[in-house]
Amino acid sequence: MGKRIAKEVSIAIADAVAQCKVDVISAYPITPQTHIVEHLAELVNNGELDAEYIPVESEHAAMSACIGASAAGARTFTSTAAQGLLLMYENLYIASALRLPIVMVIANRAVSAPISIWNDHSDVMSMRDAGWIHTFAENGQEAVDLIYHAYRVAEKTLLPVAVNIDGFTLSHVVEPVELLDQELVDKFVPPLRMKYKLDPRKPISIGAIGLPEIYTEAKKAQDEALKASYKVILRCWREYEKMTGRAYNPVETYQMEDAEVALLIMGSLAETAMNAVNRLRKKGKKVGLLRFRLWRPFPQREFIKAIGKVKALAVVDRAVSHCSTGGPVGIEVRSALYQSNKRPKVVNFIAGLSGRDVTVDDFEEMFERTFEAVSKRPKEAYEIYGVKE
Amino acid sequence: MREELKRFKGFTLKNLPEYEGFAPGHRACQGCGTVLPLRLALKALGPNTIAVSATGCMEIISSPFPYTSWNVPWIHVAFENAASVASGIEAAIKALKRKGKLRCKKKINIVVFAGDGATFDIGLQFLSGALERGHDFIYICLDNEAYMNTGVQRSAATPYGAHTTTSPAGKKIKGQVTWKKNLMGIVTAHNIPYAATANPAFPTDLMNKVKKAGLVNGPAFIHVYSPCPTGWGCKPEDSIKVAKLAVETRVFPLYEVIDGKYIINRKVTKPKPVEEYLKLQRRFRHLTPEQIEYIQNRVNEEYEKLLRLAECFEEK
Amino acid sequence: MPKHEGLMSWKELLPGMYIDEPGNSKKFKTGDWRAYKPVLDKEKCIKCAMCYILCPDLCYTKDEEGFFQVDLYYCKGCGICAANCPKGAITMVLEEA
Repeated sequence: MGKRIAKEVSIAIADAVAQCKVDVISAYPITPQTHIVEHLAELVNNGELDAEYIPVESEHAAMSACIGASAAGARTFTSTAAQGLLLMYENLYIASALRLPIVMVIANRAVSAPISIWNDHSDVMSMRDAGWIHTFAENGQEAVDLIYHAYRVAEKTLLPVAVNIDGFTLSHVVEPVELLDQELVDKFVPPLRMKYKLDPRKPISIGAIGLPEIYTEAKKAQDEALKASYKVILRCWREYEKMTGRAYNPVETYQMEDAEVALLIMGSLAETAMNAVNRLRKKGKKVGLLRFRLWRPFPQREFIKAIGKVKALAVVDRAVSHCSTGGPVGIEVRSALYQSNKRPKVVNFIAGLSGRDVTVDDFEEMFERTFEAVSKRPKEAYEIYGVKE
Repeated sequence: MREELKRFKGFTLKNLPEYEGFAPGHRACQGCGTVLPLRLALKALGPNTIAVSATGCMEIISSPFPYTSWNVPWIHVAFENAASVASGIEAAIKALKRKGKLRCKKKINIVVFAGDGATFDIGLQFLSGALERGHDFIYICLDNEAYMNTGVQRSAATPYGAHTTTSPAGKKIKGQVTWKKNLMGIVTAHNIPYAATANPAFPTDLMNKVKKAGLVNGPAFIHVYSPCPTGWGCKPEDSIKVAKLAVETRVFPLYEVIDGKYIINRKVTKPKPVEEYLKLQRRFRHLTPEQIEYIQNRVNEEYEKLLRLAECFEEK
Repeated sequence: MPKHEGLMSWKELLPGMYIDEPGNSKKFKTGDWRAYKPVLDKEKCIKCAMCYILCPDLCYTKDEEGFFQVDLYYCKGCGICAANCPKGAITMVLEEA
């Protein structure tokens, strides 16, 4: 067993990436991801990590270089946030369609305008359709565990994986973190072997034109691949649990067994919400908490199971989808429910935009409002919470 | 002279390599003067090559699924980022070789084929980044002086006065109003080991330059003049004739810049008048005598500048 | 084939829609694009290889005698070979229908 040390989460993530013996790091700095790429540069330049570090000149170049390196058979890593993620947008779709096992850490940050460096989920929500596997970490240990998991899953499924951490509120905090022993990492993340890659001994052509008579089939094949990755993701978590004792599921539940009203949120704010659940439980209210650890592929089955018999569900989004039928997560949750027979009332709050604090009191109030929704459906599809009128 | 080039032996028409890195059956237009230098470049580099294409004519004509004309491993990602993709491939090959995961003693050439649109305009940042970082790769800009694949729109490489669909020869404004961007100037400012201009009308010269670019350790750049009969409005069989005139009128001089030293490969002491070059192409037929005079003067001026540069930074 | 039908089953595609048959465009006939075809006069030919090196469609191969023969399966009839033959040994002839 490894030792639990207090580490800044960004540093711990970089250490985990280094343990995975990454071959190529393609890095462009952007707040709040900088500590990850800085620490990786330090490890490379000190000779502690044998990798090629490409200090690219933009995020678009960062993802482009990852695509090239991955296609040539190298294990790659990059990291970005907000504007950087949006700048590499076309490459996100390309990376997944070309089936490249790239791992990227997104330090979730609010998108301009107004320009902001603080945390919310508007950046990652913009790439829901891009075909990547997404996981969300709640704390430092989980972030590190999701890195090892990401490489294993990416290389088994040949799909890119994004590990999402809340910018500043998770990336920059110091938490007790235990890295795996190197032998365990080597076993869990064995050397990358790609059947098809850019190699003069076996030439292939990557990136041919998708004429109308084949594009549909190509997208179907990609969709099926992402669908099939679900089982692999779960199986890798089972394997990880056997190895470390830490169990991870697609949907994290807290006090949901007899909950009448529940709240769903993603990322590290879930820990604050848990305190609200504890408070309300002491007052005798039957409340519970849900968190999507896996966002793509959408954990439909686990979600429907987890909500049990709740009469109302509050979805707390960390991003706006202007004038749609809810926040990004709200839209998908309502759609998922419609596919099932369960019909809890859904209340959709959008909170914590650009790092605005969401307190235990705020969550308590959201729970109260959700109890009201049991008998009376809210008028608005979504509400930006805590706005100063 | 650089270590890698000291014992360089060039190709001649009598000892051409048999290898072809490009296959027939591609969809380029009749007489395409852009696919020809691409074919010759791959021929010069041999099978130990990985090619990267930017979006453009050459990518489209060579990869209509399920067909591919590439005999070498090839990847196409997007329009502007071929240089970054090549950077990633170069870093990967370097890391994998060093870590013993890729057992290959021979050098693997990494070559980018990108058009003028992808290089002069949308991809300039990516090219600059890759050159500055010093990756060991070859960037070949196949310059047919407009966005040909999408229907002949102007680029920064479109010559002054040329008619394109977005710089049309109209009643008020007659064709492209700016002079062609000096890309070689921008590239040589990065102090890379090897940069050169090339032309398919001089096929062995082109192949030798590509071979040198491959031998050199570090970034190499070749600016290839690539006639497009379809977009320029000349006859398909005149592709090579027009390319030759471009050199003989000093419009497109042939030179190399090796470690900052200029070598003019073909000193044109008795240049033909630019009009001979312009009149073969319908994209120039609207030019007024004033415009032609301006072009002639400017071409002379640019050539003089090149001669001065060669004098200042001569290979002694 | 009707235009709204797929070329092949999605299950037959390689991941990422890669093509693992290098140079298979050689199966595709571009020879039906041309109107004129090149005809060689062996008397005039000096075997300089210009036609071979300048053909954008890689149509020329050397035969046993050292003459360069055109592959009409691919020849698009652009006329570059004829226009650049130093001895005028190639003429472009209108092809019969």
